[in-house]
Amino acid sequence: MSTTEQTQVGIPTGTWQADTVHSRVAFEVPYTVATFSGEVPDFQATLENGTLTGIGRISSITVKEENLQAHLLSPEFFDAERHPEVKFVSSSIRRNGDQVEIEGELTMKGITKPATLRGTATGPTVDHFGKTRLGLQLQTVVDRTAYDMNWNMPLPTGEPALSNEVTLKADLTLVEQA
Amino acid sequence: MRILAVSGSLRSASHNTSLLRALREEAPEGVEIELWDGLAEIPAYDADDDLVPGPDAVEELRAIVRGADAVFFSTPEYNSSIPGALKNALDWASRPLATNVFRNKPVAVVSASAGAFGGVWAAAELRKVLGAMGSRVADVELAVGHAGEKFDEHGHLIDHEVRDTLREGLEILISEVTPAEVALEA
Repeated sequence: MSTTEQTQVGIPTGTWQADTVHSRVAFEVPYTVATFSGEVPDFQATLENGTLTGIGRISSITVKEENLQAHLLSPEFFDAERHPEVKFVSSSIRRNGDQVEIEGELTMKGITKPATLRGTATGPTVDHFGKTRLGLQLQTVVDRTAYDMNWNMPLPTGEPALSNEVTLKADLTLVEQA
Repeated sequence: MRILAVSGSLRSASHNTSLLRALREEAPEGVEIELWDGLAEIPAYDADDDLVPGPDAVEELRAIVRGADAVFFSTPEYNSSIPGALKNALDWASRPLATNVFRNKPVAVVSASAGAFGGVWAAAELRKVLGAMGSRVADVELAVGHAGEKFDEHGHLIDHEVRDTLREGLEILISEVTPAEVALEA
C-alpha cells in the first residue's frame, strides 16, 4: 500500500496588498554575451479573494543608463506615452506546499496574452510588528515580439543582439489588510 | 495640424523635394505641411559644440520639429544608405537622446531615386535611426524608383499611382498623430 500525501495549502482569502518596499518587479533579457536587467519600481499588487492583480507604471522603469531607459520607453519597446501601464490579472492560483502556479493574462503595450507565473509561496506568517505576511516569488518567460517589441540589431556574427525571450520576475511581500 | 516635410537632398531639382511638394498638394483641410529648407545650414556634428543652446541652425531645427505634430521624410540613397547631411542633422536633433525633440514624434519615411529600387535601403536605415531616437515610426512604405520618369520637367509629380500611395502615407501619418483609442487585444 502506498500513500501519496500532498500538502495543499490554499491561497488565503481576504485582501492583501504588496508592501512595495519589500517587493520587487524586474525583468531580465539576454543581451550579446550577458544579461540586461531592470526594474519597475512603481507598481502595486493586490491579492483579493484569490485573485492576484499587479500593475506597473512603465514610466518608472529603471536601468543603469538613462539613454537605455529612454529607448525602453520609446515606441520601439513599451511605448510608455500611449501605454503607461503593464498589468497582470490572475484567473487561477494553485499552491502545493511552497510551489505556486498562477495563470492569468498579461498586458503590455496594449496587448493582452495568457501568461503563467511559477514560483514559490511563503507563509502566511505573522511578522514582528504583528502583521500577517504572505510571500510570492514568481517568474515567467515571455516572447517580447508577441507584445510588439521587435527591436533588434544584428551582431557581426549575424546573431541578434537581444533575445526575444524575456524573464519577468515579481518578488512580492503581501500584507493582509485589516 | 502641422507637419514638417524634410527632404534628404540638397539638390535644387531633387526628386525627393519634388515628392514632398506633391505631398503638400495632397494635404487635407486643417493640415499644414511646411517644407524645411535649413538642411544646408547645419554644421557638422561636433560633441565639443553640443552645448545648450547649440548652434543657431540646430536650435532652429529643434524648434521647428518641436512645433510640428509630425515629420514626413523623403530621402535619396547614397551608397546604399542615408545622405550624410540628413544623418548629421538628425544626430544634432537627437541630442540629448532621452529628451530629444523627435521622442514620441510620429514620423513617416519615403524615398526616391533614379535607380530601380527607389532608395529602399536608405529609407530602411532612416527608419532605424528615427526609431533609435525614440520616434513613432509610421507604417508607411513608398520607394519611388526611376524617379526621373515620375515627374515632369517642372518637378511636378505626374505618376498617379505614386501620388495615391503618397496620399495614403500622409493619411497613415495623420492617424498616428490622433490615434483612435487603442483597444486591448485578447
